[in-house]
Amino acid sequence: MSISLMAWGLRLSAQENLLKLLNDSADASPTFRHVTGTFKAERIVNLQTVEAPAGGDLNFVIQHRFGQLNSGGYNFFGLDNATLRLGLDYGISDRLTVGVGRSTVDKTFDGYLKYRLLTQTDGSGHLPVTVTGFGSVSYYTQRYPDKSYLDATYRTAYVGQLLIARKFSRIFSAELAPTWLHYNLVPTTDDRNDEFAVSAGGRLKITRRMSINLEYNYLLPNQVQSEKVRNSFSVGWDIETGGHVFQLVVTNSQGLIESQYIGRTNGNWGDGGIYFGFNISRNFTVGKRTQHKASNNK
Amino acid sequence: MALTFGVSYGQQYFSRTGTVSFFASTPLEDIKADNNQVYVVIDVEKKQLAFSSLLKGFIFPKELMQEHFNENYVESDKYPKATFMGTFSGDVNIHKEGSYVIQVKGQLALHNVAKTVEVPATLEVKGGALVAVAQFMVKPEDFQITIPSVVRNKIAKEVTIKVNANCIAK
Repeated sequence: MSISLMAWGLRLSAQENLLKLLNDSADASPTFRHVTGTFKAERIVNLQTVEAPAGGDLNFVIQHRFGQLNSGGYNFFGLDNATLRLGLDYGISDRLTVGVGRSTVDKTFDGYLKYRLLTQTDGSGHLPVTVTGFGSVSYYTQRYPDKSYLDATYRTAYVGQLLIARKFSRIFSAELAPTWLHYNLVPTTDDRNDEFAVSAGGRLKITRRMSINLEYNYLLPNQVQSEKVRNSFSVGWDIETGGHVFQLVVTNSQGLIESQYIGRTNGNWGDGGIYFGFNISRNFTVGKRTQHKASNNK
Repeated sequence: MALTFGVSYGQQYFSRTGTVSFFASTPLEDIKADNNQVYVVIDVEKKQLAFSSLLKGFIFPKELMQEHFNENYVESDKYPKATFMGTFSGDVNIHKEGSYVIQVKGQLALHNVAKTVEVPATLEVKGGALVAVAQFMVKPEDFQITIPSVVRNKIAKEVTIKVNANCIAK
């Protein structure tokens, strides 16, 4: 290093060269940096992203969906109805997140863990993608007096997902998520207890603080026979202001957790069976920052 | 060989671990960040100096703030570096330990905007090293860094920059 600096030193004649010397020196040293801001929020619309609160940060998330657009003027085109999920996501570390939530649909509680396995880097030591593991348990408490057999086991469902995302550029990021769903109880013997799906989504930034998001959850065919289920397709518009992210969304799913929106979506885009809604996420710093993301210089 | 050059160019001092900190706190929000990986070169003979830092090297106490700094304010993916190059006036005797007050004038380049700044600074000769210390103010708007009205009151109108670099002769 010092030799090369010396060699450059010989050729210095003007200030520009002094700066060039520094820049060359900086470019020559091997550094890698974690890519940040792949997505603005923790959800593309419904689908989890690789984003997570930093260690010690708490996110309060309100996901709100109005009723179906095609429910008629009497229901004010869905605005009379509302379902929501209130959630808290806490960063135990920059990699590990724990979340809890409560949804209106079927009065469902859910809890999840999310762990970032790999982080996309730029510079040398290049790693092209961020990979996060996601696991969740949900439990619905809706009373069904005619179904007295519904015990705690039957009301529980599990989700496992691998979230693989890449920030291709400043404005474009995409994510692919193979998904496994397990329902302890399904309506008929023709329905599978284990379902598989592949979810994909992406965002395109339209300004520094806004992006347009798309998300498609493809449920592999012939897994659900007793009811007509559809693939969940959602469009979102992210607006970020300081510690808030607002997302205006349109989706054919009413449910807000994986076992509902990936495995049990009924709405049909074709006949207006879609839901308008929004997600609001607010970040709070409650603990000390555990590690410094940008200080990963080799 | 190094020694020979060392003599003829012995008045250049380098650091790869210079510190640049900035403070933009308001009563509403505590905003500060440190970068401890700033490259610095000072040529005492020619009275020139240069700084170069990666904006992604600025560490904030709040991670989200750091992300917003990079994504929304300085746009570090597009403009990764902040640099300064300039000259100084005032005499510095590197053979005599002590603090020397100098006046630095040069171009501060950030967010694709270069602006002339003139700031007082001190160079301290100490144990063969040269410690550069400076403090000055800049306005984000001067570097075409726009701050949305909803957060304008949370970010100081003028940002204080502190520089501290312990440079050694090469």
